[in-house]
Amino acid sequence: MKRVLPWLFPAALLVVWQAGVSAGWIDSQTLPAPSAVGEAFLNLARSGELWNDIAVSSARAAAGFAVGGGIGFALGMLNGLSSLSEKLTDTTLQMLRNIPHLALIPLVILWFGIGEEAKLFLVALGVFFPIYVNTLHGVRSVDPHLLEMARAYGMSRRAVFWQVVFPGALPSIFVGLRYGLGIMWLTLIVAETISASSGIGFMAMNAREFLMVDVVIVSILIYAALGKLADSIARLLERLCLRWNPTYAEV
Amino acid sequence: MTVNIATAVPDLELRGSSAGAAIRLSGVEKSFGGHQVLRGIDLEIAQGQFVAIVGRSGCGKSTLLRLLAGLDTPTGGSIAVDGATKGWGKRVRLMFQEPRLLPWQRIVRNVEVGLSHAPGSRERQRQAEAALAQVGLAGRETGWPSVLSGGQKQRVALARALVSDPAILALDEPLGALDALTRIEMQALIEQVWLDRGFTALVVTHDVSEAVALADRILLLDAGQVAMDVAIDLPRPRRHGDPEAAAIEGRILERLLTR
Repeated sequence: MKRVLPWLFPAALLVVWQAGVSAGWIDSQTLPAPSAVGEAFLNLARSGELWNDIAVSSARAAAGFAVGGGIGFALGMLNGLSSLSEKLTDTTLQMLRNIPHLALIPLVILWFGIGEEAKLFLVALGVFFPIYVNTLHGVRSVDPHLLEMARAYGMSRRAVFWQVVFPGALPSIFVGLRYGLGIMWLTLIVAETISASSGIGFMAMNAREFLMVDVVIVSILIYAALGKLADSIARLLERLCLRWNPTYAEV
Repeated sequence: MTVNIATAVPDLELRGSSAGAAIRLSGVEKSFGGHQVLRGIDLEIAQGQFVAIVGRSGCGKSTLLRLLAGLDTPTGGSIAVDGATKGWGKRVRLMFQEPRLLPWQRIVRNVEVGLSHAPGSRERQRQAEAALAQVGLAGRETGWPSVLSGGQKQRVALARALVSDPAILALDEPLGALDALTRIEMQALIEQVWLDRGFTALVVTHDVSEAVALADRILLLDAGQVAMDVAIDLPRPRRHGDPEAAAIEGRILERLLTR
């Protein structure tokens, strides 16, 4: 019973939605019935179009995340460990952080046109800051007592990094990772909606031109599912890596 | 009987494998940004001696211990361990007031941290397990530190300090954060491993009765200098409330309270 309860309300909503469209209270051109959306999904899946678009969008997301997240992680580590590097770059980065990356879209289109580079750039930029900020914070918040212990026990610099600094920063890095994943999908949705010739955003905009509301809703749901999937993977990784922390243990 | 033999193995193996080292301080000074914390300390500590260092907050006792542990370098004078003025850092192990365990490492791996330059991983693990057994934590190897109580964490920290068989064990108020009963147990444990292994022990404490219970010799530091040097020749194990011990404790407290 306890497992069913949380699903009661969503299920009821679906039933009301379906009944509302069937009874004619809701215009199916405004909001098609769940069954029609399901049908559109199956048609798209059968034609293979859907999988192709999902693959294209996921590849863009992953590439942007790898580039932006990789640079953010590296700079966060570097600035956390070296005060010279931090003095050189942190103020600049903190200033740039205040520019909403989506505000750069007109500029990015001027620079890169509407090709893949534009989407990669936007996603990478969006993902960079949360990962950078949280990695830096994680390195900063490593217990200085543990660092002193490591020194007193003669650990090499390498050992200090891998045994103390990195695991100590990991909980904070995961916060940045999950936040970055959210921004990754958000940025991709915007970028694909504005300009694309493939991907889920393109599928949605294409469907809009032909007034296929059901396909538009399918693409919205696919975005939601992909976002949820990415977050679940991140949470699974978090639980695996942070088993030592009672907060994450045995969840 | 077999049980006895099995538990005796690590003890026999560890006992007396290293004797303590003698320490000589000549004119040791330390200042931080113009403020002189230690003002010329001359001291001879015999090999295997158990020395307690007491004093008010800010008298320099922790600084002295950090110099001996190689965490800081003196601004003047010299420290020699068994006559060597350099390269003795590895022979000293420091235990802190907090356990300072790596929460993301299993208990046995935390003990292995104490073996920075040891042979293969199986041998490391065997030594770490033996050290854990000596502090009474056999069977807890694969747990996470977070499940241990405060006293048990300090035991793991003690095992980590002992596993490399140090010639000198420096303890910086190691029992300050423990409750009264756990303190007494830990005092007995520290005394026992010291008797077994014969390292030179230096313990900084603000608790004079603890110093009298454990040490062969008590150094009272005041304003960066040794103000009192008391030898304690009471038999071990010392009982709490012994009148002779109480008399020594009274003398030291009196000196501490007069400024």
